[in-house]
Amino acid sequence: MTVAALNSNPTPAILPGSGGMRGAFSDLFWRRPKLLLLLMLLPPLLWLGIVYIGSLFALLLQSFFSIDEFSGLINREFTLKTYGDLFQAANLDIILRTVTMAALVTLGSAIIAFPIAYYAARYARGRWKALFYLGVMLPLWSSYLVKIYAWKLILAKEGILTWLLAKLNLLWLLDAWLSLPIVGGNSLSVSFTGTFIVFVYVWLPFMILPVQAALERVPGNLVEASSDLGASPGQTFRNVLFPLALPGIVAGSIFTFSLTLGDYIIPQIIGTSRLFIGQAVYSQQGTAGNIPLAAAFTVVPIVIMGFYLWGAKRMGAFDAL
Amino acid sequence: MTSAVSFKQVSRHFGSVRAVDAVDLDIAPGEFFAMLGPSGSGKTTCLRLIAGFEQPTAGSISIFGERAEGVPPYRRNVNTVFQDYALFPHLNVLDNVAYGLMVKGVGRTERLKAAEEALSLVRLPGYGARRPGQLSGGQRQRVALARALVNQPKVLLLDEPLGALDLKLRENMQEELKSLQKVLGITFVFVTHDQGEALSMADRVAVFNDGRIMQVGTPEDIYQRPNTRFVADFVGSSNVLPPDFVQRYSGQHRWGSLRPESIRVSSAASGDGVAARLVGTNYLGATTRLALDAEGLRLHAVVPAGTALPAEGEAVVLTFNRDSLHLMDEPA
Repeated sequence: MTVAALNSNPTPAILPGSGGMRGAFSDLFWRRPKLLLLLMLLPPLLWLGIVYIGSLFALLLQSFFSIDEFSGLINREFTLKTYGDLFQAANLDIILRTVTMAALVTLGSAIIAFPIAYYAARYARGRWKALFYLGVMLPLWSSYLVKIYAWKLILAKEGILTWLLAKLNLLWLLDAWLSLPIVGGNSLSVSFTGTFIVFVYVWLPFMILPVQAALERVPGNLVEASSDLGASPGQTFRNVLFPLALPGIVAGSIFTFSLTLGDYIIPQIIGTSRLFIGQAVYSQQGTAGNIPLAAAFTVVPIVIMGFYLWGAKRMGAFDAL
Repeated sequence: MTSAVSFKQVSRHFGSVRAVDAVDLDIAPGEFFAMLGPSGSGKTTCLRLIAGFEQPTAGSISIFGERAEGVPPYRRNVNTVFQDYALFPHLNVLDNVAYGLMVKGVGRTERLKAAEEALSLVRLPGYGARRPGQLSGGQRQRVALARALVNQPKVLLLDEPLGALDLKLRENMQEELKSLQKVLGITFVFVTHDQGEALSMADRVAVFNDGRIMQVGTPEDIYQRPNTRFVADFVGSSNVLPPDFVQRYSGQHRWGSLRPESIRVSSAASGDGVAARLVGTNYLGATTRLALDAEGLRLHAVVPAGTALPAEGEAVVLTFNRDSLHLMDEPA
C-alpha cells in the first residue's frame, strides 16, 4: 500500500532547468567549474600582469638609462652608468643604513611579536581573543601620519617619555643611551633609536598576525610530547615551536623588512638627517629629477628581498607549510 | 616492593568539575595495567597526572617510590604514546624517534643508531627518512611507540593508542603490544574505553566512572565478579538483575549479575524456570545473541551458533546455574 503510494509519486526524477540566462549560466558553470574560476581571476590577473609587472619592468628599464648632467635630460640608451652612480660611497651608505635598520626592525618585531602571538594562539579564548585582535588591529585604524607625529611628541626632548623617566629617576639611562655614537643623538626623536622604535611600532601588527596564525596551527600536544620526551621549555621552543612558527615569522618579516626598506616618511619625520632608500628615491625623482638613479635605488630592495626569500627557502622556512 | 606508580587520595579538580576524585591506586612494576572507563570518567586525567601534564589538586603521587608532585614532565622518566601520536611534522621519522635522546645530549651517530634499533623493534626498519605525513595511521602509531621506547622509560603510558586504527590492525597491534611488553618488562599503563581491549591485554584493569575507580582486578575478576551495576554494565554485557529478582534465587536482597552465556533458553513447554519471551536475535558468527523480555526485565543470552532457536515473539523458559549468579557489593 505504502509502496504503491510512493511509486505513484508524480514528481519526475530529473527536475527541469530553471530556464533563462541564470539557469543556463548555473548549468554551464557547474559543468565547467574552471570557467568560473577563470572569469573571477581574469581581472586581477590582468591587473597584476599588465599594470603591476608591466610598470615594474618599465622601472627596471629606467634604471638602465642615464641622465645628462648638463641638460638634466634623460638619455634613453642602455648603459650601466646609473648603477655605477648607485655604488658610490654615499649611496652605498644609504643602502647599508636602510638594510641594517630593516634587519633590526624585523628582529625587534619578531622578538616582541612572538610572546604576544603565542599568548593569543595558546591561551586567549573568546572575549580575550577578540580583545587581542582589537588590540593588534586598533593602531591600523588611525592615520599613519597622525601616529608618527604622535610618536614625535612622545620621543621629543620635552616629551612624555623624558618626563616619565625623570619621574622615575632614570633620566641618566636615557642620557647614557643618547650619548652613544650612531644610535644616540640630541633626543630620541632625532636619533636612529627613535626611527627604530617607530618602525617597530608601526609594523608590529604585520608580524604578530602571521606568527599567531602559524602558532595556531601547531597542535598543543606537540609541545606536551616534546616535554614528555625530556625537553626543557627552552629546548621545546628551539626544537619544536620555533621551527613550526618559522613560516609565520618569515611571512611577517617579509612585511616588516620590505616595508622598512621602502618607507620614506618615518625617517623623514623621526630620526637624523641621514637618508634612507625611500627618501633617496623621493628626492632623486622629485627635486633632483634623476629618474634613472631613483629607479636604480628602487631595484635595490627588490634584489635584497629576492635574496632574502631565497635564503629563507634554503633554511627550510617553508618546509612546515 | 615499591609500586611503579602509586596514587594516594589523588584528586584533580577543574573548577567545580572533579575529573579525578580521591583515587587510590597501586601499579606493580612490570605490570600491564589498563584504565578502563567511558569518556569523561577521569582515566585520561590519571594518565596525565602520571606523565606530569597535570598536577594533583590534592593527594600524592609517587613513581617508583619517588614523589612526583611538582616535578615537570621533562624530569620524569616516563614516556607517553599520545592518542593522535603527536609526531613532529617537521622532522623525519628517525629524528622523531631520536628526539628524546637528542634533548638529553646523546651524540648524533649514537642516537640515530638507537633510533634505528627502536624502529626495528616496532617492525619499521628503513622508514627513518620518511616524514610522518607519508605514513599510514598504523605506521605512525608504531613510530610513536618507538619514540617513547627509545628512552627506556620506567613507565610507558598509552593514551587510547589503538583508537584510530581499523579493527584488523587493532587486533594485530594488541598482540604486538602485549608481546613487546613481555619482552621489555616495562610497566605499561594503558587508557582505553574499549572493554574488550582492556580485558584481552591487561594483567589488571581499573574501571573508572565519574573520577573514581569502581573496581580494580584481573580481567577475570572484573568480568566474572563485577562489584557494582556500573562495572557489570560497562564491562562485558552482563545482565544486571534487580534485588527483588535476585532474592528469589539466592535468598539475598542484593543486586546481581548474570553473564549472557550462563543463561539457557528452552521452549515454554519444557518445564520450570523464568518465563520470558524472545524479542530479538542477533547473529554474531560463532554465537547468537538473544534479547529476552522476562516480565518487563530485559535480559540477554548468548547461545552457540547452530542451536535450534524458538521463533521471535515466542514464549520461552530461562534456566541458569545458581553458582553463575554473582551477587554484587553494591547495596540494594
